[in-house]
Amino acid sequence: MDDPLVIAGREFGSRLITGTGGAGNLSVLERALIASGTELTTVAMRRADAGGGTGVLDLLRKLGIEALPNTAGCRTAAEAVLTAQLAREALETNWVKLEVVADEETLLPDPIELLDAAEQLVDQGFVVLAYTNDDPVLALKLEEVGCAAVMPLGSPIGTGLGIRNPHNIEMIVSRADVPIVLDAGIGTASDAALAMELGCSAVLLATAVTRAQDPERMATAMRAAVEAGRLASQAGRIPQRFWAQASSPGTPMG
Amino acid sequence: MKVVINGEARETAADATLASVLDDFGVPEKGVAVALDGAVVPRASWPGTVLHADATIEVLTAVQGG
Repeated sequence: MDDPLVIAGREFGSRLITGTGGAGNLSVLERALIASGTELTTVAMRRADAGGGTGVLDLLRKLGIEALPNTAGCRTAAEAVLTAQLAREALETNWVKLEVVADEETLLPDPIELLDAAEQLVDQGFVVLAYTNDDPVLALKLEEVGCAAVMPLGSPIGTGLGIRNPHNIEMIVSRADVPIVLDAGIGTASDAALAMELGCSAVLLATAVTRAQDPERMATAMRAAVEAGRLASQAGRIPQRFWAQASSPGTPMG
Repeated sequence: MKVVINGEARETAADATLASVLDDFGVPEKGVAVALDGAVVPRASWPGTVLHADATIEVLTAVQGG
């Protein structure tokens, strides 16, 4: 595998992690997932309907995509820990995208509950991918308690406002020893490319694709953007200059 | 006796087990997990788990999200 994403010793060929929320129906989702090339995709845990099926899991299994359960909707560490334990039982995975949000309006992570939950889950043997604020201090603390990946937001979930504080993301990346995944706020392809150019190891997005007018086409765009951003980040961009610098030598008439 | 499953009250036999209640509720063979009074009960333990009155059962599965 060329330049794989490695999380907790596991290799992924794609650096685009997707969510499944917001898609109109499963066939739209299926086409978008295939177009994205993703190998890891989040699902939420909710009450099962009496006699209901497990449609989204069946779809992911069919496509050979790993399901990453999240703790979306949890407000406290206790809720998030129980939800992760239920996800482990239901999906037979010890991987979890840890999400503990403070309120409905912002859906911003509650840093105190988040860190508490992360510590408990790591102690219980979970591979924790923590959704967090774009706070370099908190990001480091999440790494210190043993998170396998730290996933700062670009802007609040579902807003499509892109990366509001690129410098914070760069600071987080610059001193991380675990993969940094830009999670939340991506609106369009250039946002995903920027995340990779800032040095993120991967991008996690859902709404930008599932609620696009043409989800399949946007998934294709995101795949290309993540690949382009990764290449640019590795290629080493030119320094920015104040004045122009000619790219052709001298003048025609000597 | 009465138990609460996913927020809805249900009448069960006095000697009901978690397995019998979940069988009536209709859970698929894979992809679900169950908490009894806030603690996860592995599937293998459902038949041996005898319920008490007002037991609170949560049955969760994966749905589109995130």
